Amino acid sequence: MKQFDYVRPATVAEAVAAAAQPGTMYLAAGTNLLDLMKGNVSRPDRLVDVTHLDGLDRIERLADGSLRIGALVSNADLAHDVEFAKAYPVVAEALLSGASAQLRNAATVGGNLLQRTRCAYFYDTASRCNKREAGSGCDAREGENRAHAVLGWSESCIATHPSDFCVPLVALDAVVEIEGRGGRREIALDDLHRLPANTPERESALEPGDLIVGVRLPAAAPGFAAHARYLKVRERTSYAFAIVSAAAALRIENGKVAEARLALGGVAAKPWRARAAEDVLRGVAPTVDAFQEAAWRALVDAKPSGDNAYKIELARRIVVRALTLAAAGTPARIPALPASPFASSGAIHV
Amino acid sequence: MNHSISLTVNGARRDFVLDDPRVTLLDLLRERLHLTGTKKGCDRGQCGACTILVDGKRINSCLALAISHDGADILTIEGVARGDQLHPVQAAFIAHDGFQCGFCTPGQIMSAIGMMNEAQAGNDPERIRECMSGNLCRCGAYAGIVDAVLEAQAGADESNQRRSA
Repeated sequence: MKQFDYVRPATVAEAVAAAAQPGTMYLAAGTNLLDLMKGNVSRPDRLVDVTHLDGLDRIERLADGSLRIGALVSNADLAHDVEFAKAYPVVAEALLSGASAQLRNAATVGGNLLQRTRCAYFYDTASRCNKREAGSGCDAREGENRAHAVLGWSESCIATHPSDFCVPLVALDAVVEIEGRGGRREIALDDLHRLPANTPERESALEPGDLIVGVRLPAAAPGFAAHARYLKVRERTSYAFAIVSAAAALRIENGKVAEARLALGGVAAKPWRARAAEDVLRGVAPTVDAFQEAAWRALVDAKPSGDNAYKIELARRIVVRALTLAAAGTPARIPALPASPFASSGAIHV
Repeated sequence: MNHSISLTVNGARRDFVLDDPRVTLLDLLRERLHLTGTKKGCDRGQCGACTILVDGKRINSCLALAISHDGADILTIEGVARGDQLHPVQAAFIAHDGFQCGFCTPGQIMSAIGMMNEAQAGNDPERIRECMSGNLCRCGAYAGIVDAVLEAQAGADESNQRRSA
C-alpha cells in the first residue's frame, strides 16, 4: 500500500476544504477503498476521514414525508431499522443480500453508492484497464467476461456496478445530497453513475471535493411497500455479487397496476432503471403475460459484451420472477436467504 | 507525522502512537499487542478469520484502519472467556466439533457472538447459515458450526428467560 497522509476534519466544511488538494480521497468505513489500496488499484496521497463527522449517521423523516438517510448510516443499521424495513422492504432486502454481516456492519450508505466495479481486470494492475488507467485498453473485452455488462457498455469498458442497494434506490427515485465547494446540491441517483462511453475513468457526476452527505427517498416510495421484491442471481447463495438482479415494486389498485417500478443490477455500469418496462405495466392486470412483455422491453437494447449472452435471457426471467413475487405481496419478514430465487419461502417457478 | 490513539481492548485501555496511518486494527492487535488469536487469512475482507467486535458489532479487522477507530471498544477472542470459564459459544464449538484445523475458529466464534447480539437469526438454521456466511471454513466444519451456534443461541434464550422471569 502506498504511503498517504491522514486528515480527520471536525466538520463537513472542513472535510470539503481538505479534499480540495489533488490526490485526496474520502475515507468512510474503507471496506472497499482499503481493499483497493492494498492491491495498489487506488493510490491516494491523502485520506480525509469522514467517519467522525457529526449528524451524518441519522435516519430522519422530513416534513414533506420524504426520508433522509445520513451517508454514514451503516448498511446493517439501515436494513435492520424496523420502520425503514416496513416502509421500504425492497431496499432492506437488497441491503441484506449484499456482502457479509461483518461488512454490512461497517460499510456506509455513502460508500455503497461509490463502490467500485469488481471487474477482475480493474483489480489486476498487470492488466490493461481504461477505468483504472485512462487510455490503456481493456483486457476484459477478450478475457473472462461472462459476468460483464449487457447494457450501456462501450468498447472502452464493459464493467458493471456491483451495488445491490442502489438498484431498489434508483427504482424508488432516490436523490443524492452532496456537499461540495459550491455548497449543497442534490441530484437524482439515476444521474450519479455514468455510463462508460469513451471516458470510463469518470464514473460519477461528482466533482473533485464533492462529499455525499445523504440519500433521500421521496414521500411516494412507501406507496410500493405492499408489493416489492429484490431478486438476485449469484454464483453462491450468500456473500456474492449479483450476476443479475432486479428490484420490482408495484402499486396495485382494483386489480390493476397503478404504477410499476423496475431496475436491474449486475447488467451495466450503473443501476439500470427500466422505464420502458414500467410504462407497459401501467393500467394492466398483474399477469405473467404482462410481466413477460415488460421483461422483453427492459432488455430490448441488451447485447452481449463477451461470453455473457446468457445474462440477457437470465435478466428477462429474473424480471418476470421479481414482478411475479412482488405482485404476490411483500413477505411479512425478509426471507432467511434474502433476494434468493432459491429461497425456501416464497419461490414461485415461472 | 505521528498520530496518538487510544482503544479499549478486552476491557483495558491501551494507548498507541502510530508512526504510519496504514496500520489496520488486525495488524495492531497482532503485532503491537501480540493478541494473535485474531487471524490474518485473506487480509482482504473475504474470509472472516479476522472478525472482532468493535463497539459490540462484528467487523473485519483487516479492512479497518486503526487510526480511524480512535476511542473504540474492542473485543477479541482473548477477551471472551472469564478466566478458565469458557464463553458459551466457545464451549459449544468444542461440544459440537465446530472446527477441524482451527484457523478460522476465533473468527467464527467472534462472528457468532456478534450475530447473537444482532438477534436476527434466532434458532433458524437457515438464517444462522446466512448470518454466518462471512466466515469461511476450508475444512468444511459448517455442520458442526451451525449446531454449535444453535446450542449457544438456545442457552442464551434460556438465560434471558430466567432473567426476565
